[in-house]
Order: sequence, then structure tokens, then C-alpha cells
Amino acid sequence: MKDKIRAFISQQLSNDPKYSFSDDEPLISGGWVDSFDLTKLAVFIEETFGVHFADPELTEDNMDTLNQIVRNIEAKLAR
Amino acid sequence: MSAVPITLDAKPETLLHQVRWLLEHCADQRAVTVISGDVERSYTVGEFFHHAACYAHALDKIGAVPGDLVVLILPQEENALFGFWGGMLLGAVPSMFAYLTDKLDPARYYESVRKLVQHANARFVITDSALFEPLSAALDGLAAVISADALQPGGEPADYLMRPLPNADSTAFLQHSSGSTGLQKGVMLSHRAVINQLASYGQAIELMPDDVIVSWLPLYHDMGLIAAFIQPIMQAVHLVLMSPTAWVRAPQMLLHAITRHRGTLMWLPNFAYNFLATRIRDSALEGVDLSSMRAVINCSEPVYAESHRVFTARFAPFALRESALMTCYAMAENTFAVTSSRMHTIPKIDRVDRLRLAEERVAYVSDGDAFEIVSCGVPIIGCQVRIVDVDRQMLPERAVGEIALRSDSMLSGYHNQPEITAAALIDGWYFTGDMGYLADGELYITGRKKDLIIVGGKNIYPQDIENLLNDIPGIHPGRVVAFGVDNAELGTQDIGILAEVDDPADLEGERRAVIVRTMRARIAQSTDVSARYVDLVPLRWLIKTSSGKIARAANRDKYFEMQKSR
Repeated sequence: MKDKIRAFISQQLSNDPKYSFSDDEPLISGGWVDSFDLTKLAVFIEETFGVHFADPELTEDNMDTLNQIVRNIEAKLAR
Repeated sequence: MSAVPITLDAKPETLLHQVRWLLEHCADQRAVTVISGDVERSYTVGEFFHHAACYAHALDKIGAVPGDLVVLILPQEENALFGFWGGMLLGAVPSMFAYLTDKLDPARYYESVRKLVQHANARFVITDSALFEPLSAALDGLAAVISADALQPGGEPADYLMRPLPNADSTAFLQHSSGSTGLQKGVMLSHRAVINQLASYGQAIELMPDDVIVSWLPLYHDMGLIAAFIQPIMQAVHLVLMSPTAWVRAPQMLLHAITRHRGTLMWLPNFAYNFLATRIRDSALEGVDLSSMRAVINCSEPVYAESHRVFTARFAPFALRESALMTCYAMAENTFAVTSSRMHTIPKIDRVDRLRLAEERVAYVSDGDAFEIVSCGVPIIGCQVRIVDVDRQMLPERAVGEIALRSDSMLSGYHNQPEITAAALIDGWYFTGDMGYLADGELYITGRKKDLIIVGGKNIYPQDIENLLNDIPGIHPGRVVAFGVDNAELGTQDIGILAEVDDPADLEGERRAVIVRTMRARIAQSTDVSARYVDLVPLRWLIKTSSGKIARAANRDKYFEMQKSR
């Protein structure tokens, strides 16, 4: 799951396939993903993993690293 | 009432004369509704200026006098609105400045505020409790800082409106010309200029008392400040306002606000058409009804015909009429609007020969490989537009040149910058730096100010970004280039950056990663936008012009050609 999201971000959002994100790398405050991209990421997650994020959840605090994103998806899947 | 109060035939002397009139004639009318989270708070005209007077009182108490510059650094809610008019009631000169966001680096942000305050010679800053202490420390000895959250009640509008009011030529407020890095230019606007703009633009859009303006636009930008704040307040038109940060997270809130309040007018930068059309799930649109909208006005970014098409296709099922699409060409230096497309008519699309446009600099109509350019409409009343060549001689119809304008709503000058003012204003004409042509009286824009990048409606000057990155270890100082890359999917531009590195070992692996990571983070923390393309190139890769400057567009083209051939 993590690698699928990692690949999506580097191919679709950050446009730098040469660069590999670490799991705890800040994506938004690090300047790789902007707030407009978050909704695009949410659509990808919904289509790929069947997990829906409501808009208030799509914040920098909540979605800034791969680990955070995966934790949030897993928490929803476990419900 | 059949017309709004400010028209071509009815112009008050100053904005404060208009406040007096509003309090006498429509104190009980609804002025503003602020949407904050799930809550809405509404204020009548009387309540609005009552709250504003509280700020006038606080400024008065600490020694502010007419003409003093007052900078507002507040989240986009009531305090910012009241504080702005509080400064005006006192005859002081307010100016909105962008609030600190999560992404910006606080130390850099405070430093940019300090520079602005120092350069503009602002004596007072109004902020909230969260920024009160850091700003007080950053501005120690430069300006007095007031916290809006610690404000004591006091003062009534009448206390200030009974004093001698400023004259029509005094500066009403400053608009800071975009960008959050580098030194901003403060555009000085007189009461007369603002009132002329309200009268002319009100006529162009047929503004009516029962209009409802719905907006998320930031108030530190001319489109938000004039079209969706000063205009509705002065014209007694109901304004429904939300903050840009809230809107970006949940864009559908704009459409639900239109539905609830029967919104009739909104202004949007081009990217917002794509953003609204593509980033909202169907389920979030339940109950949306856009039948009340009579104009959706595309302004402040290049207009894409395709953006209009995706927007109308997505929202026609929600009763959006195609005839509601409008365009506008605007700039802070003209208070706001320069041109407006005609009401009740879909903006014209000119299909011109792409090659001849590039080579001959003339827009020939073509059926073949045509380039679509959307009309920005005709000049508003009181405004003249000319297209000129490099020697500033007038060009004929359909010839592409620089757009120059002269109007009765122009800036009085750039605050504290007489040289820049003298260079920009010649014989009453303002030379915009934007490129375009006229056809059948309508203005078509073909290019923006030299190398300016417009990202999501926000102006970014490439030199500001280049300067930010020059001192990163590994990068050859002075060998950084930033440019705009058109993004058709988003209907806006992206930022691209290339930097030359001294050591070829920095082009790969972890050494590259360190540099690229530093560049990205620094841009995000200093400008609040992200760069979409960041890459490193070997020494002497970047193309320079004959005068030794780095050629931005040429390097962009070289880079993408190279990517394609990989």
C-alpha cells in the first residue's frame, strides 16, 4: 500500500521519479505536494483502496507523511 | 430601491461620505455573512460599522492620526473586515497583508512583515492573539501592534464621521501588489479612484441592490479586496464570505453557500473553474442549485476556453447557465477592472493562427491549427486601452503589443517609491507590461508581465524564487532559473525550477536528494506555493541571453525538450 501511494505521489504529484521519499518525510511542508493536490490524492486513495476521506480530514496535519496517510487508511479499513 | 447607491450619475465625494449615507439609509440591511466552519454570522450595515468603530477607537487611543498606514495581519474573518474599515473611519490608510499559514516558515514570514512595515513606514499593525507576541518582537521600535482579540469596546461611527472627512484625492487604502517574498509595491488608491471604479464597474456588471456576492477570495489581492469586499460594502450588496484556506479544503462549500443565500455573483481565478469542476465528489454536490447565479466572472489569471467548458459541463446539471460566464481584465493599479465582457453574452472566443501569432505578432483569424483566446471584453467607462509597440507607438487592430491604459480609477502612485511610479506612469498612461491585442473593441490577452508566473491566481515573480535558492550549498550562485509551466488540466500554471550545480556528483543519488529537498522546502516555507518541477543540471547547462541574463522561457523549453527525448 505504502509503495503504491509513494509511486503515485512521485509520478503524479511531485514529478520527480529520481527522488525517493522516506516514510516520515514531510510531503506538504516539504514542498512536494500542495493543498490542491490533496484532493487528487484522496481520489486516488478512494479508487485504489476503497477508502473515503472527508474534506475536513485532508489537512496538512493529518496527511503530511506516507506513514500518516497509511495509518489513516488502515484505521478506516479496520473499522 | 432600483439601483445601487454609487452609479455614474451618483458619486459620493469619498468612501466615508458613503459610509455616512449607508448609515442614514440602510443601517438595518444585511451587509455581510461570514462563514466559519459550520457556523454563519451575519451583520447589518449598522452593526458592521459599529464594530469597525471599535478599531478606530483603539487606533485613536494609541495615537493614530489620519494618513497613518495601518497594516492588517488577520485570518479572513470579521476582525480583518472590521479592522480595515476602522482604519478608514479614522482617516488612516489600511492595507491587508497575508496571514501566516502552516506551511510558511515563521521566522522568514516575520522577517518579510518587518521589511514591509519598515519600507512602507507603517506605524500600526493589527493582528490576533496568536501572532501578537512574535509580531511585537519582530516589529519592536518600528510599529505599535494591536491584538484584535484584546480590543476594548468603545467608539461609535458617528464619532468619526462628524470629524472633517478626508478629501477625494487623499489615499483611501493601499493594495500590496502580490507575492510574499521580495519587496512588495504598495499601490496607493485615492477615494476618487475607488469611487470611479465602483461606479463604472457596477454599470458594466449591472450591479443591483438585490445581488448577493459569494466569495472565498483573499482580501490581500485586488480581486478579493475590491470586487468582493469594498464593492459590496459600499454598494449595500450582501456579501457572503469564507476564507481561502477553508475553501481549498472543501471547495463545495462555495456552491452550498450560493444555494443557501441565492448567490448571484462571484469572481474566480481561472484555476478555480477546473478545481471546482474536477475536485468535488458527486455526493458532495447533493442539493446544490446554481440557478440564482447571473455572473461567474473569470479574472486575474489567463482565461482558458477549456476551463469554461469543463465548468459548465459539470455544473449545467445544477442549473448553472452558460450565459453566466463572464471575463474581466483587472489589476491593482487600476483599482480593479480595466475591461469586462458584456453582460448576457458568452465571452467571445477568437480562433487565431498559432504560427502567425508567434512569428508576425498579429492575430489572424484561422480555421486550421488555431489557438483559442477568450475575450476579456471592452474597457469599462472611464478607462481607455491602447496597444503599443516597443517605442510606445499605437498599433493597429489585431497587432500584438503592450497593453497601456489611462483611466479615472488609476493609482496615485506606488507608496514611498517615486522612481518606480515615474517609470510606470507616463503622460497619464500606465504601461502594464502585459501583452495583447484589440479586435472589434474587445481586448484579448496573449501574455502576462515579463516572466510572471500565476499559480492559482497568485502572482509569483521568478526572481523572488531564484533569490531564495541561490545560497543553497552545492548550487552555483546566480545559476538558478524559475519559470511558469502551463498546466491545462488545472487551468493554471505550475512553477518549474532548474539549478546548476558545481559538482557533477550532486546530480545523482543522495547528494542530489539533499539539494532538491532543501530547494522544495525553502520555496514552500517562503512563498506558500509548491514548485511542481525541481531539477538540477550541470554547470553551464542554462542558456543565457546576450546580456548575460538567464533566459527563463528558453531554459524551460530546453528542459522539456530534453525530458521528452528521454
